[in-house]
Amino acid sequence: MAEARATLGGLGEPKEARAPGLSYGWRKTISYAAVTVVLIGVFIFFQFDTDFMMLWFPYIGRGVFYTLILSFGGMALAIPLALLGALGRLSRSAVLNSISAFYVSFFRGTPLLVQVFFIYYAFPQLAFRPGVPGFLEPVLVLDIIFAGILALGLNYGAYMTEIFRSGIQSIGHGQVEAAHALAMSPRQTTRRIVLPQALRVIIPPTGNDFIAMLKDSSLVGVAGSVTELFNRAQTTGRAEVHPFETLAIAALVYWALTGVFTFFQNKLERRVARGHFREQVHGH
Amino acid sequence: MATDIIKVENLEKHFGELQVLKDVSLNVKPKEVVVIFGRSGSGKSTLLRCLNFLEYPTGGCIEVDGTRLEYGHPTRARRDAIRQIRMKAGMVFQEFNLFPHLTVMENLIEAPVTVRGESKKEATERGKELLDKVGLSEKADQYPIRLSGGQKQRVAIARALNMRPKIMLFDEPTSALDPELIGEVLAVMKKLAEEGMTMMVVSHEMGFAREVADRMCFFDEGVILEEGPPDQMIRDAQHERTKRFLEAVL
Repeated sequence: MAEARATLGGLGEPKEARAPGLSYGWRKTISYAAVTVVLIGVFIFFQFDTDFMMLWFPYIGRGVFYTLILSFGGMALAIPLALLGALGRLSRSAVLNSISAFYVSFFRGTPLLVQVFFIYYAFPQLAFRPGVPGFLEPVLVLDIIFAGILALGLNYGAYMTEIFRSGIQSIGHGQVEAAHALAMSPRQTTRRIVLPQALRVIIPPTGNDFIAMLKDSSLVGVAGSVTELFNRAQTTGRAEVHPFETLAIAALVYWALTGVFTFFQNKLERRVARGHFREQVHGH
Repeated sequence: MATDIIKVENLEKHFGELQVLKDVSLNVKPKEVVVIFGRSGSGKSTLLRCLNFLEYPTGGCIEVDGTRLEYGHPTRARRDAIRQIRMKAGMVFQEFNLFPHLTVMENLIEAPVTVRGESKKEATERGKELLDKVGLSEKADQYPIRLSGGQKQRVAIARALNMRPKIMLFDEPTSALDPELIGEVLAVMKKLAEEGMTMMVVSHEMGFAREVADRMCFFDEGVILEEGPPDQMIRDAQHERTKRFLEAVL
């Protein structure tokens, strides 16, 4: 009993359990400052070459361009795949259901890095087997960018199939019945009633996956010579014998990217939540 | 004598082993208001849901305003007929089922625009009149979450009416409402009945039935055990089971 109350009380703790003198907000600010000072101390102790970092920051930072191409490309492929996959999983057709179950199982069951290598290194081998028609060559032999986008899209599409499926299933049957009773066809019901509502459930985890993909795009830079963020940090660090500095640059840029996209994700979440809160959160 | 607008012939519905409707036949004339009552599980909601094929009957035949449909698997022709019937029969649910991502007016014009292919302007014009009729003109731009239960149900009625149905089916329209909100919904339904709408209402609101219904049907274990004018039913039921049920709800 007392324990339960303690747990419940814990929810409001930041405001209630106030130390004499300083507010929670102030103590938090001071803690952040302390962590920063410690980090700077570590930098100084290990003699970080900040001049070197400044010199190479622009070159490594420009890798963001390819990181974004890979991530947006991967997402542009993953979203339609996830939608098709989810509709397949929810379909009454045994064929569609098995195809999408197989897709999800295979691409979630194997590592992304293996998939990137498969598409980039192993597929070209097939193109030159005897009897394989020549027109397949451009499909099997892919530039690292396309191979990377394909692997990221297929892999994340499989994970997101489950997100989309649960989002669609979260919409109550009453909504579908109401649409049917208004003579809307199954397709109209899905497109106009179910999917717009499912989006509210789908968008937050999809945003998380996009942010995860930003970072997983570094695996493409491992497999091939696409000069994205990690690839530049790695090759420069090795050539200049300063891997700590170059990798720190890459890490900071990834971190900043994550922050930017988290901000946009929050805005988007609020937008799609309209109609679900009694008080409008922002705007309108 | 006007021809019947709803004809139900030997309707049967099984859910697996369980038979919910047993050879139910019922005809409704234009402008008639029929109140169906009975214990939960007696099959009264299932009958209503079979009428616009939210449930597929497993036997028998339904005719709504000249569109006739035998039971059976959905073929293309049958799906077209179901669409016809659903356009003629508006339905109001116990749980309202408004679309939460759309405003009140968007709820009203969704089906007329996507199903009937009307212009937004045309559908909105009629939508305004309907909101006025149910007393919610000022709520047109609100999202459903900001409405009370009674307001939601009135919007749901307006939404169904905006498809210009010939008949209206009400499936326990006031059962999910707080007692003080029931009156406003029944008032709208009464107004609708006075305007000559053909209505089938599953409800235990005996006051409403006595005042508005032309006929009452008592459902019991998948059959219509007894039917008749409300006064006669309420005062002088023939069957013991009907009497006992009425004693319990009155």
